[in-house]
Amino acid sequence: MNLGAQMNTDGPGSLRLVMTLAIAGLISGIAIIGIYESTLPTITANKARELREAVFKVLPGVSEMQQLVYRDGQLIPTEERRKDEQAVYGGYDREGDFVGYAIPAAGPGFQDTIGLLYGYTPQRKQVLGMEVLESRETPGLGDKIYKDADFVGSFSQLSIDPNIIAVKKGTKSRPNEIDAITGATISSKAVVRIINEAHVEWSVRLPLPGAEPPLREAENASAGDSP
Amino acid sequence: MKKNESYEEFIKGIWRDNPVFVQVLGMCPMLAVTNSAINAIAMGMATFFVLVGSSFLVSSFRSWIPKQVRISCFIIIIATFVTVADYTLLALVPKVHKELGAFIPLIVANCMILGRQEAFSSRYPVRLAVMDAIGMAGGFLLALFSLGAIREILGDGALFGFDLFGENFEPWVIMILPPGGFLTLGVILLFFNWFRFKKDEFLAEVAAAERGGN
Repeated sequence: MNLGAQMNTDGPGSLRLVMTLAIAGLISGIAIIGIYESTLPTITANKARELREAVFKVLPGVSEMQQLVYRDGQLIPTEERRKDEQAVYGGYDREGDFVGYAIPAAGPGFQDTIGLLYGYTPQRKQVLGMEVLESRETPGLGDKIYKDADFVGSFSQLSIDPNIIAVKKGTKSRPNEIDAITGATISSKAVVRIINEAHVEWSVRLPLPGAEPPLREAENASAGDSP
Repeated sequence: MKKNESYEEFIKGIWRDNPVFVQVLGMCPMLAVTNSAINAIAMGMATFFVLVGSSFLVSSFRSWIPKQVRISCFIIIIATFVTVADYTLLALVPKVHKELGAFIPLIVANCMILGRQEAFSSRYPVRLAVMDAIGMAGGFLLALFSLGAIREILGDGALFGFDLFGENFEPWVIMILPPGGFLTLGVILLFFNWFRFKKDEFLAEVAAAERGGN
């Protein structure tokens, strides 16, 4: 009692200090949970839409997609994916026929990791399209890897047999060569290297052409079929 | 009189005590995200929201917060506002959020914000604290925007992504690279200091003339 009274005259007691911080922390925690919960659906929807749009962009002519998880040496169409598992996206046309894979890949760029998605058809061993998902490349220079329409466009129907080679602008002569961007050679070569590395990694995992996993019936479609 | 007081607190942040050009605070976001006008504005708006919100709360609770734990309380309040800004930007404008990246969480570490709480909001009533915060955040936004606009125009030949000079403009690429931030900031600081010295000289001359006249 005496001690408590003594401390009170010196200023606020420890209890008051602890309580102040505890209350501040509690209110802050509630506010953060509130904003997290209220923005999460929008953020998840944004990410899913971004991915869908990217898949449709790198695989022209695709109208359906599904996630294919690489598990026990084969590709399994499933929505669930564990943290350590890798996945690609299968693209299918209106009849449900397989068009190609959209393969996510990442690697070091000029400044930071470049994450991208590329469309690949095993039948023709071609890259169908490329879309940069994340990069911190230099604005005005390295960011041309996704802003320069010519560069992005050159990844359409590009042969990847055995790999892609970036050459100086204007010297492209073979079907597996692309023009690097003037002033952003390192970033353009990084994009090519990332695709090549992912190609080496995935080409042994993908099933033989013609044996791709078929499009799983979507739940709403099967519900519509039943009487 | 009262109106004057609020106005004074507001205008000092915009010009006389501009947090960037005069106090040279908040240099990290200043140099990092001003490579385009739109990034600079997004960063300025986020900082504006955080500073005005925290100043309001700190000033409202200033008599309840024991001074021994005031810094921790300020940081909790600031960090909460930053998290709210972070998630809001991510949900509403994911593209801008991607560009700003790690610099949004780093608003917490902007010494200008903590500095205003310690120097002003924790000592003055809510109205003045909010006016001060609006002035300071406005000054910060203005500074970020002018740097961002100059760097984008010179380095990319564009403003807000619109091409200004056509095909023949050779972009001055270094201006959007990190050194460009230092160069532009240096030149602007030079101008501000030159202006201040001129003003002081002028005032001294006026005073001398008045004394001589008398």
